[in-house]
Amino acid sequence: MNLIPNTPNITPELVAEHGLKPEEYQRFVELIGREPSVTELGIVSAMWNEHCSYKSSKVWLRTLPTKGACVIQGPGENAGVVDIGDGLAAVFKMESHNHPSFIEPYQGAATGVGGILRDVFTMGARPVAALNALRFGDCHHPRTRHLVAGVVAGIGGYGNSFGVPTVGGAVGFHERYNGNILVNAMAVGLARTDEIFYAAASGVGRAIVYLGSKTGRDGIHGATMASAEFGEGAEEKRPTVQVGDPFAEKLLLEACLEIMKAGCVVSIQDMGAAGLTCSAVEMGAKGDLGIELNLDAVPCRETGMTAYEMMLSESQERMLMVLAPGKEEEAEAIFRKWGLDFAIIGHTTDTLRFVVKHKGVVEADLPIKELGDEAPEYYRPFVESEPRKVLKPSDVSDAVSVPDALDKLIMSPDLCSKRWIWEQYDHLIQGNTVQKPGGDAAVVRVEDGPKALALTSDVTPRYCEADPFEGGKQAVAEAWRNLTAVGAIPLAVTDNLNFGNPERPEIMGQFVGCVKGIGAACEALDFPVVSGNVSLYNETNGKAILPTPTIGGVGLVEDLHKSMTLGFKAAGEAIYVVGKTEGWLGASAYLQTVCDREEGAPPPVDLVAEKRNGDFVRSLIRDEVVTAVHDVSDGGLLVAIAEMAMAGELGASLDKPASIPAHAFWFGEDQARYVIVAAHGEGPDIVRRAEAAGVPLLKLGKTGGDRILLPGERSISVEGLRDRNETWLPIYMGASS
Amino acid sequence: MKSAVIVFPGTNRERDIQRALSLVSHSKVVPVWHAETDLPSNTDLVVLAGGFSYGDYLRCGAIAARAKIMDSVRAHAERGGLVLGICNGFQILCEAGLLPGVLVRNAKLRFVCREVNLRVERADTPFTKAYRKGELLRIPVAHGEGNYTADEETIRRLESEGRVAFRYARSDGEIDETDGPNGAINGIAGIYSESHNVLGMMPHPENYIEPEIGPIDGRGLFESLAAALKAA
Repeated sequence: MNLIPNTPNITPELVAEHGLKPEEYQRFVELIGREPSVTELGIVSAMWNEHCSYKSSKVWLRTLPTKGACVIQGPGENAGVVDIGDGLAAVFKMESHNHPSFIEPYQGAATGVGGILRDVFTMGARPVAALNALRFGDCHHPRTRHLVAGVVAGIGGYGNSFGVPTVGGAVGFHERYNGNILVNAMAVGLARTDEIFYAAASGVGRAIVYLGSKTGRDGIHGATMASAEFGEGAEEKRPTVQVGDPFAEKLLLEACLEIMKAGCVVSIQDMGAAGLTCSAVEMGAKGDLGIELNLDAVPCRETGMTAYEMMLSESQERMLMVLAPGKEEEAEAIFRKWGLDFAIIGHTTDTLRFVVKHKGVVEADLPIKELGDEAPEYYRPFVESEPRKVLKPSDVSDAVSVPDALDKLIMSPDLCSKRWIWEQYDHLIQGNTVQKPGGDAAVVRVEDGPKALALTSDVTPRYCEADPFEGGKQAVAEAWRNLTAVGAIPLAVTDNLNFGNPERPEIMGQFVGCVKGIGAACEALDFPVVSGNVSLYNETNGKAILPTPTIGGVGLVEDLHKSMTLGFKAAGEAIYVVGKTEGWLGASAYLQTVCDREEGAPPPVDLVAEKRNGDFVRSLIRDEVVTAVHDVSDGGLLVAIAEMAMAGELGASLDKPASIPAHAFWFGEDQARYVIVAAHGEGPDIVRRAEAAGVPLLKLGKTGGDRILLPGERSISVEGLRDRNETWLPIYMGASS
Repeated sequence: MKSAVIVFPGTNRERDIQRALSLVSHSKVVPVWHAETDLPSNTDLVVLAGGFSYGDYLRCGAIAARAKIMDSVRAHAERGGLVLGICNGFQILCEAGLLPGVLVRNAKLRFVCREVNLRVERADTPFTKAYRKGELLRIPVAHGEGNYTADEETIRRLESEGRVAFRYARSDGEIDETDGPNGAINGIAGIYSESHNVLGMMPHPENYIEPEIGPIDGRGLFESLAAALKAA
């Protein structure tokens, strides 16, 4: 073996710097039967880190339901693929860029968007929508404004220039994210079902082609950085953050779709985390082939780059492809037209080895399967979270009046209007945005219609913290409910599981609990997981984030003319709540925001009731007997109704049953509920249908006027509410920034 | 009617404008790559679409204004042919010298995507005949650099020669610079060339043409073009 001598030598310190545990290094040495070269050490550290190998999570991810009538491609590819009829497929995935966004918010968030867009168009799909889920620290923390401004500008800066509408998302604040913010980006694309491209290479001796931007020294060890906790001086890790170029990505998109259409592509993989290493190994391992690379041909941005640097660079906007034989010239001409680099840098082999050559020297020669799909797996010890006490309404103070509590909630960082954020995203480009941000789910027309996709991202971290199993269920149920509320048939989800250090049994317990809850809900709601991402080690100095398994949901609207919105439409229409209201205040937004308490068990999620109530609501939308629908979530009934009133600029007069105390009735967060407004004269029929379907239905009052009238409370001006709801965030962001 | 839509690397609303031109104007639409030298024969209308040409890493539109195809666009305009530049297209027209002034960063220094009220300043040009003078349109903007400015003399000329096409207005139709999306001088959202055959505008009428999506106030512009070219 003509391996170059190692300088420096492989010392335990060097192994540790690469994020490998001593036993993992030992396993690697035994696997290859000798001491590795430094390049090989870099390669294995890139492949076996948590971010790329899912070594702590894989055994649990396998338990998730991934099959369904609509599923064309489940987890394991660049993105999931579901059939939406008419020969079309929705291709989607969500992925985190948490660690880099904390260190450098603009570029961290921008490259997060770039990475997920690439995952989608790598499959042959043109991106038609982007969403995100963001979690920031306490709004009083000195870094929070800076991080919000940077992340939002970064998401906008990339998506706007690339040309994809950013149509939805979720934004929350909590002190547990002070040291680790979350930036989860989701992209959705459209492809023809018979023109989907995969990563697995096929055929021996085929050319491997490098496409896109040049390779530089940026982002080396980005994935390793993202697989460790932050300690003091996380900011010093800035050089591991990549820099995004949405312009190059837009060119790459057009060039890739063009050469796919021309029939040049056998398999394709984007260079994301761990760059060239990860993409080449995955192509080979998935296709049961060896790969040989010649780094002399790699287009470099800087001179004197070593094999180690080239293999670990995370320079953005790059792709790896296996070309169909004889198509090299045609493919090259297309790439040259778009001004992008094109280089043949290797070929497939039948050896199942991953061989890297540079300047005539073999820098690495490793077994490809063990690096890739047979990487280590851990069944980490875990302890289940202690169950919390169930709070009764009488355990929660009602000292604040209902109108004052409503004010506090709609002006809280979590529930205030996020317009300041989504107006910085081009949410209209492509001309298909039927429902823009601010509703339950975004609705995006498919081609010329009448079909449309409904899209949402959801999770309630305080529930997951209080009870991981119920919280995991709730995240899925809420996504399913949001899609239902716009009239869509929920199809499938992508999950982005954000947790602390899995080596701590209590964190692993949160992870396991949430995954079990997600699995149970996806199973019960026929809502399979088709793609996803795990982000662990979101922890600083031993302090972990709230468990945050973000669920990105995709649904199908059969006829966009019937898609439903949440704003009140006309005066004098009857308002009902679908689902049972008991007044559950444990772990509620009311308890947190109005009472400053974070305790109690979260509301249990009855999946049978979820399914029954949701199917009922969807049938009402389909039959056009309701004029507005809104799911009931954070802040309970009154916040939901206030949002409907603000969106419709119309008031309501409401009543409540005497059996439940006011604060519990108006702000309790019982699950499986929707507020619906019956079209004029349809009320009695809806009541009959609910009885027949066994769905609890309670009349709350009717729409009308410019105020919300509650029994025994002062009236609330809708315009005043709207002002306070709209101005909190701009004022907050405008202050001293 | 035949329209040429110029595509630069980084143009990203070319599909939106193509849809509007074919759906509303019933125009034949030909995409033209920036590296071409000639426009398709018998081109009636040239459109420079929105986007981030060349990434907008230099001054917006500055590189695109020097692309090969721009000489033909300039010649088309000099012959009296119609040219429409939207958003990045407006920026390119200013950089190319086909329109005066410049678009600088929004006063609040943030990208803004929202529906605005657009006041039609005159309804007697090939672009606006389907509208009424003073009519308020609901049209979206989506830009980071749409703050129109020019020297005093240029502004005075634009105003006195009736070359302001659209202004950002309040819902009562009045102009309030501080209330607009970007801080543009006199609320200017779009301007004409001297002979009113070149129009540059920041808002995106092409995104508001279908009732499924939102208001349809953008249709008038495409209807006007179709009518003007049919008459000609």
